[in-house]
Amino acid sequence: MNGPHDLGGQMGLGPVAPEKDEPVFHADWEKRALGLTLCAGAMGAWNIDESRHARENRHPVDYLSSTYYELWIKGLERLLRRHGFVSERDLAAGRALDGAPEPKRVLKAAEVPAVLSRGGPSDRPVGTPARFKAGDRIVTRNFSPAGHTRLPRYARGRHGVVEAVREGFVFPDTNAHGKGENPQWVYTVVFDGREIWGDDADPTLSVSIDAWESYLEPA
Amino acid sequence: MSHDHDHDHHDHHHDNELDPMAARVRALETILTEKGLIDPAAIDVIVDTYETKVGPRNGAKVVARAWSDPGFAGWLKQDATAAIASLGFTGRQGEHMQAVFNSDDTHNLVVCTLCSCYPWSVLGLPPVWYKAPPYRSRAVIDPRGVLAEFGVTLPTTKKIRVWDSTAELRYLVVPERPAGTEGWSEEKLAALVTRDSMIGTGLALEPEAA
Repeated sequence: MNGPHDLGGQMGLGPVAPEKDEPVFHADWEKRALGLTLCAGAMGAWNIDESRHARENRHPVDYLSSTYYELWIKGLERLLRRHGFVSERDLAAGRALDGAPEPKRVLKAAEVPAVLSRGGPSDRPVGTPARFKAGDRIVTRNFSPAGHTRLPRYARGRHGVVEAVREGFVFPDTNAHGKGENPQWVYTVVFDGREIWGDDADPTLSVSIDAWESYLEPA
Repeated sequence: MSHDHDHDHHDHHHDNELDPMAARVRALETILTEKGLIDPAAIDVIVDTYETKVGPRNGAKVVARAWSDPGFAGWLKQDATAAIASLGFTGRQGEHMQAVFNSDDTHNLVVCTLCSCYPWSVLGLPPVWYKAPPYRSRAVIDPRGVLAEFGVTLPTTKKIRVWDSTAELRYLVVPERPAGTEGWSEEKLAALVTRDSMIGTGLALEPEAA
């Protein structure tokens, strides 16, 4: 979607304002928000792509005025409601009133170290050979899907060069919507800064994205 | 995205009231716990992991090893996931690692314009600025302006390569080794490797700063 999360190249958002000696968390609720998000994800009812889409699919005013952990909680509530684990009544009351489906798993404290150090790899075998190789000239597709995609607007319809063939990875554009993992080859594709931003761009700049094969056409 | 650091100051006047997000998160945790969907003790372990165990000192050890051992540096370039795993750093948001090396002619900068993708296994949780709109919007179009806000000025001839983490690859920048550190131990070298130098918004510290 052409959503508020797709921020590359937008202007007027102010200085970066790095914080000296920044703490890992700025409030206790942020700790719980992180843990809740990971524990709820471990139930196995949704995947990381659906989770990302639940965070990004918001009104721009809401998205841009929320801190990142606020976006996580808003996204998490949406996922929990969508999958029937939490009802509006539960949320309004602040306690469990309605039932919930049986989750695939409940992450126990003792399992956490092993689960975190294992992670959740998203590489998958792809049944077809890679269409592109390093050095190939490509042009990215120009599209505006209503759903989730990982091709940023600034990198659509741009000419670039394949720098590396990576691996097969789960395709977020379908996986976010329950339409399957449909793994594709992923490539690191590099663009000259001027191809993206125009003649006034910093001449020393190049920008790369990691692009699924169906985002690319030969140029 | 600013955070209101005055919360603690205000809250002690009326201890029974929580700010809206604290109340919202507490309610959600209560509901999920009552339904048996989560183990609250698991949250404690997750928080402890990222507060005390997994953080940028992991990445600094990787960089110091790469500076000290050309064989390791080559492995890191070819197969960062395996090379980093050999030092014991694996897992969530580090499943598919790439290391990118700064050099005389190129400076690397990592961003996630679409969300907050970040190599947790070597750097821990991302700082607020990394996840916030100013950095995400500007890193790809005005990296020199962004670097200036971190106090970094690069030669005008130096090439800048920005890596937008749009897929599941996670990037670790290997900064240039500072001059005057010949013969240093890996432990001493690691102290020069800041978190920001591994994102590309900083450089490794000079020896006199260590």
